[in-house]
Amino acid sequence: MSPSVRLQEMIRVIRSARTQCEERGVIQKECAAIRAQFRQADNGGRSHNLAKLLYVHMLGYPAHFGQMECVRLIASPRYSEKRVGYLGAMMLLDEKQDASLLITNSIKNDLSHSSPYVQSLALCTLACMGSAEMCRDLAPEIDRLLKTANAYIKKKAALCAVHIVRKVPELAELFNTAARSLLTEKNHGVLHGAVVLITELCERNPSALPHFRKIVPDLVHIMKGLVMSGYSPEHNVAGISDPFLQVRILRLLRILGRNDDEASDAMNDLLAQVATNTDSSKTAGSAVLYETVLTIMDINSECGLRILAVNILGRFLLSNDRNIRYVSMMSLQKIVQTDHNAVQRHRGTIVDCLKDQDASVKRRALELSLALVSAANIRSLMKELLLFLSCCPPELRAQTASGIFSAAERFAPSQRWHIDTALHVLTTAGGDVRDEMVPSLIQLITTATELHCYTVHKLYRALVADISQQSLVQVACWCIGEYGDLLLRGECEETEPVQVTEDDVLDALETVLQSHMSSPATRGFALTATMKLSTRISRNVDRIRSIVSIYGSCIDVELQQRAVEYNALFKKYDHMRAAVLERMPVIDRSSPGHDNGEPAVIQAPDKTKNNPVVTLTQEPTNQARDLLDLLGGSDEPAQPSTVQPAPAAPVPDSGSAGGDLLDLLGGLDSIPDPSVTVYEQNGVTVKLRCDRQTDVGVTATLVASNTTDSDITQFTLQAAVPKCVQLQMRAPSGDVLPARGAGQVTQTVHLNNPNKVSLRMRVRLSYCSGGSTCQDTVQVDSFPASASH
Amino acid sequence: MIKAILIFNNHGKPRLSKFYEHYTEDTEQQIIRETFHLVSKRDDNVCNFLEGGMLIGGSDNKLIYRHYATLYFVFCVDSSESELGILDLIQVFVETLDKCFENVCELDLIFHMDKVHNILSEMVMGGMVLETNMNEIITQVDAQNKMEKSEAGIAGAPARAVSAVKNMNLPEIPRNINIGDISIKVPNLPSFK
Repeated sequence: MSPSVRLQEMIRVIRSARTQCEERGVIQKECAAIRAQFRQADNGGRSHNLAKLLYVHMLGYPAHFGQMECVRLIASPRYSEKRVGYLGAMMLLDEKQDASLLITNSIKNDLSHSSPYVQSLALCTLACMGSAEMCRDLAPEIDRLLKTANAYIKKKAALCAVHIVRKVPELAELFNTAARSLLTEKNHGVLHGAVVLITELCERNPSALPHFRKIVPDLVHIMKGLVMSGYSPEHNVAGISDPFLQVRILRLLRILGRNDDEASDAMNDLLAQVATNTDSSKTAGSAVLYETVLTIMDINSECGLRILAVNILGRFLLSNDRNIRYVSMMSLQKIVQTDHNAVQRHRGTIVDCLKDQDASVKRRALELSLALVSAANIRSLMKELLLFLSCCPPELRAQTASGIFSAAERFAPSQRWHIDTALHVLTTAGGDVRDEMVPSLIQLITTATELHCYTVHKLYRALVADISQQSLVQVACWCIGEYGDLLLRGECEETEPVQVTEDDVLDALETVLQSHMSSPATRGFALTATMKLSTRISRNVDRIRSIVSIYGSCIDVELQQRAVEYNALFKKYDHMRAAVLERMPVIDRSSPGHDNGEPAVIQAPDKTKNNPVVTLTQEPTNQARDLLDLLGGSDEPAQPSTVQPAPAAPVPDSGSAGGDLLDLLGGLDSIPDPSVTVYEQNGVTVKLRCDRQTDVGVTATLVASNTTDSDITQFTLQAAVPKCVQLQMRAPSGDVLPARGAGQVTQTVHLNNPNKVSLRMRVRLSYCSGGSTCQDTVQVDSFPASASH
Repeated sequence: MIKAILIFNNHGKPRLSKFYEHYTEDTEQQIIRETFHLVSKRDDNVCNFLEGGMLIGGSDNKLIYRHYATLYFVFCVDSSESELGILDLIQVFVETLDKCFENVCELDLIFHMDKVHNILSEMVMGGMVLETNMNEIITQVDAQNKMEKSEAGIAGAPARAVSAVKNMNLPEIPRNINIGDISIKVPNLPSFK
């Protein structure tokens, strides 16, 4: 009896079980029978049992006891048993099981079997679950099979080689030559396998790219054959001749042509031909066109071709087929960084796609819209995005909210617009906004000083309307606490003022405090706001006092602590209350990228007053001589200008010298200018630029340039630092200063200052200019504030 | 690379599950359930692409699916595969199944799971597309089946008899013959009680 009949018997029985429990019982009985039969030595029905076990495994029941049976069946001489054995190996075994090692030998024998079908079984299994060791053992076999005459085996061997390359990248070189020779085959299956193999080799090992670029003409030839050939019934899918192979070849061409002009030129004609000749009414044609467009955008193609590609994408975008619209938006996403303007042209269509019913299309449209935001279209695009936020599916809300925030931050045309947008987002989707938005929004409000009145009025209205959105409530409480007096004044230029009394405001805050919807953080905000109001209102201070004392016994520890401290502020430190609770200064945003349309305030470098540079000290004073001694003399452990982590040069050991060193510097402030000229003579300019500054160290770069008419050679820098500071000098970028500022020499130094002494560095330059050598010494007494501080 | 190929019905029962990356058995079942959950929510006129669920690799992987009558065919792929190409591949797979099983239906897939696996391994190997020419696939599968049958020997006789009868070329059996109104004398049969 063939195995399927018994399998079908069991399947019928399982299906007739009416409940899950019954099914479990049936399967347990079957599994017990199978296990018993496995234990019997020689059983004619082994393959049936394994087939049944695999069915049970698919349904989700444990089947690990079949692993050894797989090994036994694979070793059997009968084809039917081998087949089921290999199928079982693919489903039940993996590299982590010990049993998988046992089949290595069987696979090896089967790879040299006389029947191609047995060979193919072995290849298939190796490609599916071959571990790294198995791959290493069997790689030479695969290489041999790549050269057989049988096309069926060749194509399988090619894909098996891909798996080997993925598992053991070192073996990639083994397949280089074989892969190239496979391209001469006629059989499409083999060609397909060869192209996949070469793609994998190129992706794994970029150094193989030049080797494979030589095949570009062959690939172009094959593609032309496919595109121009007439109807071929074998490989035809909806009128396109073997679209799968075409897509693969296009992808490989993309990898080979990237950043390489010669290869890109060779493909230009072909790509133009494919782009114009392919019929895109069916999916197959669209797949080929889509791949062509991606390839054109990725290689160094000529301008006309790129325009053609973007137009094709635009056409896709208008298609009725949702799949094609989705796919075109994905490709637009990939090119929006490089060809921003071209994609902007299609902004209207993309924004329309935001209203599509399909969730996948909406997601793509959202990502693309966020990428297209720019200063020019911010107002109109933001309107659309806010509309989208109010009706978008819940899984996209968080992404939309954070996208809107970052776009508003980057391109807000005015502060009021920014605040309006932020408030709109908070009221619509406050629950999905990320927690970091609250402090950044608060910081934004503090900087917009003239809009405090407007903001607090709007926020109060929003708070009274709805206290469930935590982010909104937090920001509103904070604002009311800060600017409550503006609210109570009852007048506002920008918006209609709200006539509130102090009681109303306190009522609102108390509602937030007592509501079960408020999170602990929100209640903290509300309590602090209530406290702050005690200095801003005149009449209901007692009410505030009573609120605060009630919360002194609150169960939430954070609230309790706050309330107790505020209580103390009322009782014992009442004289300090006004000072403690006064209005906060403008919060300094730490990230440098913040640009709200206002220029950041930069301190002008005041070179005349604070010039820390002491140029030549040729006349050694007493202290200076000690310092000079640091660098002069051959027995002197001067800092070499090569890469060595040299320790700090020891000061000639007398406490006085060390003390003098430290005395040298008066209270010169470091200036905020990022780069300071430390030496300027004979046409040589050396600037010092601080890259990074921490409490215990400074990393700085010395940049040297030359304004004379001739090159300066043998330019070296040496440096010395005080005793407790450690100095590391990296290798310089060169030792020749080209004439007339045509180039620069840079050298990075790192000073490690664990004792936090004031930093000083003495630099000696030596160079050869116009045939004569010069040496100069320069002292850097303080390091400029780093640019990224 | 194709990470997994799943076929399940409208109620989520798996009919075929093939994973090209290793997951534990529990994870495999969870993936099937999660995929069914994601795919069954979709309308019929939306696009065939979905972001992958958390278990199978999140937003790097896509689920490309097609719904035929009672079955969902889902391919989980990563970004190196062409989405439209995989859609076509699903179509080729289904057409091949159709040719092999003669008007394939869900019951065929249920009762001949091993055959479906064999056909699939001729098309996709190690997560990569191997062969897309339908005739080539069918030729190979037939040759392998013949090899199996020739080994079966005498034990395979009943199965071979069954398939021989199925392949027999019988003349068309007339049905629905309109005899017209013939008056037949019906004998008086004793009543069956």
